[in-house]
Amino acid sequence: MTVLIGQLFTGVSIGAVLLLIALGLALTFGQMGVINMAHGEFIMAGAYTTFVLQQVISAAGWSLLIALPVAFVVAGAMGVLLEFLLIRRLYARPLDTLLVTWGVSLILQQLARDIFGSPNVQTRAPELLTGNIALPGGITVANNRLFILALAGGAVVALTVALRITPLGRRIRAVVQNRDLAAVSGIATARVDRMTFFIGSGLAGIAGVALTLLGPIGPTMGTNLIIDAFLVVVVGGIGQLKGTVIVAFALGVLQATGEYLTTLSVAKVMVFVAIVAFLQWRPQGMFTLRTRSLA
Amino acid sequence: MTTVARDSRTVVDPAPPPAKPAAGPSRHRFRAVAGFAFGAALLFAVAPLVLSDFRLSLLAKYLCVAMVAIGIGLAWGRGGMLALGQGVFFGLGGYAMAMHLKLADAGPGNMPDFMLLYGQLDELPLWWRPFASPWFALPATVLLPMAVAFVLGSLVFRRRVRGAYFAILSQALAAAMVILLIGQQGTTGGTNGLTDIQGFFGYDLDDPVNQRMVYFIIAGTLLALLALARHLMQCRYGELLVAVRDGEERVRFLGYDPATVKLVAYVVAAGMAGLAGALFVPAVGIISPALIGIVPSIEFVIGVAVGGRATLLGPVLGAVAVAWARTALSERFPGGWTYLQGLLFVVVVAFLPGGLASLIGLARRGDGERWFGRLRRTRRTEGQAS
Repeated sequence: MTVLIGQLFTGVSIGAVLLLIALGLALTFGQMGVINMAHGEFIMAGAYTTFVLQQVISAAGWSLLIALPVAFVVAGAMGVLLEFLLIRRLYARPLDTLLVTWGVSLILQQLARDIFGSPNVQTRAPELLTGNIALPGGITVANNRLFILALAGGAVVALTVALRITPLGRRIRAVVQNRDLAAVSGIATARVDRMTFFIGSGLAGIAGVALTLLGPIGPTMGTNLIIDAFLVVVVGGIGQLKGTVIVAFALGVLQATGEYLTTLSVAKVMVFVAIVAFLQWRPQGMFTLRTRSLA
Repeated sequence: MTTVARDSRTVVDPAPPPAKPAAGPSRHRFRAVAGFAFGAALLFAVAPLVLSDFRLSLLAKYLCVAMVAIGIGLAWGRGGMLALGQGVFFGLGGYAMAMHLKLADAGPGNMPDFMLLYGQLDELPLWWRPFASPWFALPATVLLPMAVAFVLGSLVFRRRVRGAYFAILSQALAAAMVILLIGQQGTTGGTNGLTDIQGFFGYDLDDPVNQRMVYFIIAGTLLALLALARHLMQCRYGELLVAVRDGEERVRFLGYDPATVKLVAYVVAAGMAGLAGALFVPAVGIISPALIGIVPSIEFVIGVAVGGRATLLGPVLGAVAVAWARTALSERFPGGWTYLQGLLFVVVVAFLPGGLASLIGLARRGDGERWFGRLRRTRRTEGQAS
């Protein structure tokens, strides 16, 4: 029983990391149909932002807290720049966007190598987040994992509220549901796109800050994560957040369980097979936005 | 395959494109034969005379990449399926060949050297055993990738998973394959892969003469695959494939099954990649996860994009050019090459989607369109293709 709950928590914390990364994608890919392979490099930018801030502010706790908004803005600004320079020319060609942003991600990786050097760097975690909490029943949970779980939960809540309540959120939903109708209703769709991209990319920056708590920071850290995050969005279904949330945790638990029963590599293959099987059942993902458009 | 052939018999002959009324079919055939003769002369006579042994073995490696590119050109350029996991099929072919060659190197009844080195196994694993026979291993290099592509493709295409979803799934397949290979170090060689392959069906691969023989086999295979691709593009099936790319729903309403049409192109592309992987092994002497993962898989695509995705020769020339540029530049400026590669992706795909072939196509329209053709159409229908 203890093992089971322990594994469940491992799965949930893997899911929380996936969720943090996939949330930004759910906005840019799910809501705008743009495949941004450079999303992983925005994560990297967030992580390096934390690293740089820690060089300036030596108190690990404060630098981490300050890094959260700063990384959001840094990654968001990079996203807006990318959208403005390249992606907005390619909205009609989603597959080509994939290849173009892959090129951008190569450039950003090399840029990181030239600025920070190829070897990985490490940040110090604040003391509060290094220990474990022992729960009754002999289960221990790591503080940093709990922090990431809280961060992911907070991001989901904030994003949901923003999309539901704020005027910008209303416009974003309108553009997603019917771009042409939104445009003739007086919504500046190009500006909404840019803001969506800012928020989506900014969330990648936040994910990057969280990842500094789990491992080293390197130029290629984004590449390894991005595929899993894309799968989360694909399986979750485009156009809404709840699918992303459910699937992120489901895949995390599946991965952890598979890893416990077999090995890491077999678990990865299991997850892939499960995804293909799931898409047989629901090719459009778990939840879909119903529209009358011909797809 | 058979269902398509039966279906396509009912296709009304496509009206000849109005842009080129002068060029009759016989003239095209003549141009094609002349083109192949020229290519054969270049590959079989000029290259071996001009290039040193070292350069020739590099060219052999590039030609293997070009074989993968032909398949991608068919699946992506003609079929609209962005296959980002061709490295998987390249790897399946490569590993099948390498397993056979390792077993042959070790001699009958012995285990390959790396298995003895890791010392985890007492005897040869069951799934390695059939590869001792060339009659199993050689067909497997092509049929194994085709079978995997068939299973994945028929599952995915039937459920109308397409566009970006398909691209991401195929990429995830590459990720899963690499993790699996690395995880099973005892039986697959792990990160190192299968290295130090010395013999090729009794010929010593260290001997430059035998390296030349491998080059000739590769060049011949490339030409054969080009002929196959040309045939597939020219016949009625090719028209159907382009039609599926440009308007999948319309093709469905006309009574064809787009899933079958796409599946054929995807499986053929996988077979080409498998053959390329199998020939890559004797040419280079190694196959490893680093050669088949996400990054190499997407690098196969860039050569195709540079050359011209929807053309016959574009992918081949583009792949060879990019591979050559990589060797030439990354030796001197390792960082600079990464920047250049990134820029290539951005500039070519965003601003020149027809590839370099479209420049030639723009310069001389008309007869040249058979070889470098259909570019205007590609560009115009890009949005619907995905």
